[in-house]
Amino acid sequence: MEKFTQHTGVGVPLRRSNVDTDQIIPAVYLKRVTRTGFEDALFAAWRGDPSFILNQDAYANGSVLVAGPDFGTGSSREHAVWALKDYGFRVVISSRFADIFRGNSGKQGLLAAQVGPEDVELLWKILESRPGTPVTVDLESRTVTCEDVVVPFQVDDYTRWRLMEGLDDIGLTLNHEVEITDFEQTREAWRPTTLPAKHLPSVEIVAARPIG
Amino acid sequence: MAGTLAEKVWDAHIVRRGNDGAPDLLYIDLHLVHEVTSPQAFEGLRLAGRRVRRPDLTIATEDHNTPTLDIDRQIADVTSRTQIQTLRTNAAEFGVRIHSLGDADQGIVHVVGPQLGLTMPGLTVVCGDSHTSTHGAFGALAFGIGTSEVEHVLATQTLPLVPFKTMAVTINGALRPGTTAKDIILAVIAKIGTGGGQGYVLEYRGEAIRALSMEARMTVCNMSIEAGARAGMIAPDETTAAYLQGRPHAPEGADWDAAVAYWSTLKSDDDAVFDAEVVLDANDLEPFVTWGTNPGQGLPLSADVPVPEEIADANDRVAAERAIEYMGLTPGTPLRDIAVDTVFIGSCTNGRIEDLRAVAEIIKGKHKADSLRVLVVPGSARVRLQAEAEGLDQVFLDFGAEWRNAGCSMCLGMNPDQLAPGERSASTSNRNFEGRQGKGGRTHLVSPLVAAATAIRGTLSSPADLVDA
Repeated sequence: MEKFTQHTGVGVPLRRSNVDTDQIIPAVYLKRVTRTGFEDALFAAWRGDPSFILNQDAYANGSVLVAGPDFGTGSSREHAVWALKDYGFRVVISSRFADIFRGNSGKQGLLAAQVGPEDVELLWKILESRPGTPVTVDLESRTVTCEDVVVPFQVDDYTRWRLMEGLDDIGLTLNHEVEITDFEQTREAWRPTTLPAKHLPSVEIVAARPIG
Repeated sequence: MAGTLAEKVWDAHIVRRGNDGAPDLLYIDLHLVHEVTSPQAFEGLRLAGRRVRRPDLTIATEDHNTPTLDIDRQIADVTSRTQIQTLRTNAAEFGVRIHSLGDADQGIVHVVGPQLGLTMPGLTVVCGDSHTSTHGAFGALAFGIGTSEVEHVLATQTLPLVPFKTMAVTINGALRPGTTAKDIILAVIAKIGTGGGQGYVLEYRGEAIRALSMEARMTVCNMSIEAGARAGMIAPDETTAAYLQGRPHAPEGADWDAAVAYWSTLKSDDDAVFDAEVVLDANDLEPFVTWGTNPGQGLPLSADVPVPEEIADANDRVAAERAIEYMGLTPGTPLRDIAVDTVFIGSCTNGRIEDLRAVAEIIKGKHKADSLRVLVVPGSARVRLQAEAEGLDQVFLDFGAEWRNAGCSMCLGMNPDQLAPGERSASTSNRNFEGRQGKGGRTHLVSPLVAAATAIRGTLSSPADLVDA
């Protein structure tokens, strides 16, 4: 996972509250077998509308989403974070996040930065009146800077540390690889392994056919 | 210090103990993989440049999406075909053993593990499937995980986990003729509710559990998840060892002796403290069927469809009203009067050889009711071969049933075996949710014995009803 210390990119004002995971990415996209390439699925139901914010040239390359309260509610699908990241977002700013979405974000390297509702309003005004304005998010100082406005944001210490170190769950566990290897040395010989494969003799399986 | 079975297995797998509420890092002995929950996990490894740490503790099979007819032809559904093809590609790339459709060891992941002798007492077993609890029948700590966790186990062979609570589920007495392990677990779920086991590992114990075969124990542990539990377990005993001995991956020689000696220590100590306890008497059990749309909405077959107005709890009343409407039932109707369109015999709950034998014994020499279709789907290709070796296939065919290839089949609507809207089934599977067996389908969960009797009479029935038939 890429380390995150500071990011500057075009801010996108998404003036909606309760953006749930079905709106972030509809269920129909969950049948895919990949975990990248979900950029087309992001906000799929809204993307057809020419007036939708991401369909406006000034915002199309945005990477800092500024959304209304209760962002990411609904199902636990990790695809919601994948879609935001694949589109190019590195940060979502909101006054309130759904717990599971916040957790999933931290694990996938997307910063969910919580600010006060009045600060969201402040950022929206700047970004709407001057489309394309860049926003700088600094994880070290936990601040969002947009033109001359500087607002603090909240992120828990553990998630901040993980993001700054660029550690995903697996990376964290692999910090203890020596202990895993040591544990493996102590496993008893009777515990099974799948390889080399053992099974009864192979037999041809006859395909059943429809009856009648 | 006194410990429960679950705690003993847990403690034996701690790679690194978490402090102050942080999760323990637990070693995973066996990782079962199938086509639905694994593609993004493998993709994640690829994107991060990681490998599968222990391909030799990993095994894959195809089950959820596989058709049970014409398995030698191309799979028609594009999504299903892609998921299966992706699993094959991933298994080849990462060096994971796979049993594909058409292979003699293909089948439902929870049937394949035990029959190969890979599932053993004292192991930690995971799979991206909630019915992984099945393997707890051997005294393994076995539970379902999500796709991120699948990736985590592939990469590290460990999982960070916070300990589960423990619940003792004691089944005293002896099952009466016509009742089975399925009736035990349906009664347990009806008693504690579909959320009653949340956060717990259930340990099934008592006289009635000890008397069960391994296959019946798997039926009980399989549906622990339907009680909301993460896992179900049964302490290993002579029955467990006898089932395992001689299976392809069972230990041999000195390893076998060491294993059996260790397994004999795997039981809850007499003074172990459980976080909760439930007691049932098997003598009181009758054949159980569900009438609603969650597995907790079940009753003895002799009962009637509930009358919502008579249900005291407001939430239960509303749930019952909704369920009865979806199920197309009339309150007060005797359950025995409910006619079904399809009888499904199979799944990881009841798709093993004993289940098929039990069904065959009842239907032998008879013909199914004209009003319904009967699907018999073995849980694995080996189960199918065994059934054919015993001549059971001919019993099913003479009865008018369809004898299919192995897979999850009609347990879930991910493959061609589905109910049509409004169609009603008596099903030996594990979930009766709205649309579970196909959009608009109506499911009554039953034991294999009830399924067999129902297939003969056309309405929900137990073997006892056949006396005057």
